[in-house]
Amino acid sequence: MDNHKEGELRLKTGLAEMLKGGVIMDVTDAGQARIAEEAGAAAVMALERVPADIRKEGGVARMASIRKIREIMNAVSIPVMAKCRIGHFVEAQILEELGVDYIDESEVLTPADEQHHVDKHAFRIPFVCGARNLGEALRRIAEGAAMIRTKGEAGTGDVVHAVRHIRTIVREIRELTLLRDDELFTRAKELAAPYELVRWVAREGKLPVPNFSAGGIATPADAALVMQLGAEAVFVGSGIFKSEDPASRARAIVQAATHYREPKVLLEVSEGLGEPMRGLDAASLRPEEQLQGRGW
Amino acid sequence: MAVIGILALQGDFEAHARALLRLGVRPRRPADEIPRPPAPSSPAAPGAGDEYMFVRDAAELAQADALILPGGESTTMLKFLEDGGFWTALAEFVRHKPAFGTCAGAILLAREAGPPAQRSLGVLDVAARRNAYGRQRESSIRRGRLTGNGVCEIEMVFIRAPQLGGLGPGVEVLAREGGHPVLVRQGKVLAATFHPELTDDLRVHELFLAIVHGASRPASA
Repeated sequence: MDNHKEGELRLKTGLAEMLKGGVIMDVTDAGQARIAEEAGAAAVMALERVPADIRKEGGVARMASIRKIREIMNAVSIPVMAKCRIGHFVEAQILEELGVDYIDESEVLTPADEQHHVDKHAFRIPFVCGARNLGEALRRIAEGAAMIRTKGEAGTGDVVHAVRHIRTIVREIRELTLLRDDELFTRAKELAAPYELVRWVAREGKLPVPNFSAGGIATPADAALVMQLGAEAVFVGSGIFKSEDPASRARAIVQAATHYREPKVLLEVSEGLGEPMRGLDAASLRPEEQLQGRGW
Repeated sequence: MAVIGILALQGDFEAHARALLRLGVRPRRPADEIPRPPAPSSPAAPGAGDEYMFVRDAAELAQADALILPGGESTTMLKFLEDGGFWTALAEFVRHKPAFGTCAGAILLAREAGPPAQRSLGVLDVAARRNAYGRQRESSIRRGRLTGNGVCEIEMVFIRAPQLGGLGPGVEVLAREGGHPVLVRQGKVLAATFHPELTDDLRVHELFLAIVHGASRPASA
């Protein structure tokens, strides 16, 4: 990698480093953004609708309106992320021009391209992308993603898929470190990922970019669960503002992401939070209703 | 031997642990170990004999002789610090013991911080202006000059960085970049608006270790 590109990647992953141990919250207006910041969110994701509503209302889900994102950027001092559709590099160009701090090329929105993801090297703004397994994570990193998050199953409040995805990624990394050098070529082919990245992960025992978790996290216990399984920070979508008492729940999840190994704190913050989002049993979804199958 | 606490509420605290490990500092407890630790850079490492520990509450802070406040979101860290007796303990700690803040950590140590105005520890006589360069688009890697034993260049990673203004007479500027002070010292307090923990250059952490060792020797106190 030439010096310039290497420097750009360090700046992009650098902001992800600053978000570690934190919670990134989905918000749909300035009021919610302020509640999130006040609760201790490390960043917010500006959205038109949270995933649970996208699921319910259907239709084409696109990049949020510019006015909405701008309103949220003006409301808080923490980083603001926004989503573009998979493969929609012009939505990404617009978000870069607007000056958001991170772009999520997200399966939660309706994909704009059936074959290609955005060439993320072409942007100065860092990208985060979802993944279900190591191969998918490395393909996104090859395209320039500076942060990986599990896809989970957004908008369900059911953590089971986020758990499956973080376990899969962490296990597949561990397995790579045990392979002989001459076995990595075939493994790279099986993972459908670039050999150089596969070799790097085999040597270092981690992804070259921070590894966060998202998709169905609804309680402080859910956040601590994915952190204990190896996630470095958490995204909470519908889980906060679809619950009975968003401010208290947001504060509790922030506490849980920091004190994720301390049951005493987890007990304390889990008490008296009001009803969590009602949720949707992810196992009841037909394959075509799952968002995680978007992207490849 | 000194125990260096690293405030581990949120942010890049593991990157600081990584830098200290390379300087020969060892983790104090099993819980302070990090995944895939780097090897010390040399056998005669300046931190040999020292230990580091992650600090998440006042009880852990009480075990440390010095404290690193990492990069991250200062507003997030404040939520934890303002809980219970942590703030009082921390304010007392940094008045008497060595402290080193990077980016958000520097903001927490300042006399005043904003916008919007937020609470700070007030042991570094500067006004910290948050996100002063702009948003992530304006983040950059630059080379600046480090003064001290001769002038040398150092790589500086600025991420949504603050700027320091209104420097009091007790504040010594150790590095400037683009006309702005980016590494400053006031007695036992050291602060950088950039992130030395995100580079391979260990000189700023080495300087902090020297401050820690100087402070723990009564003769030079």
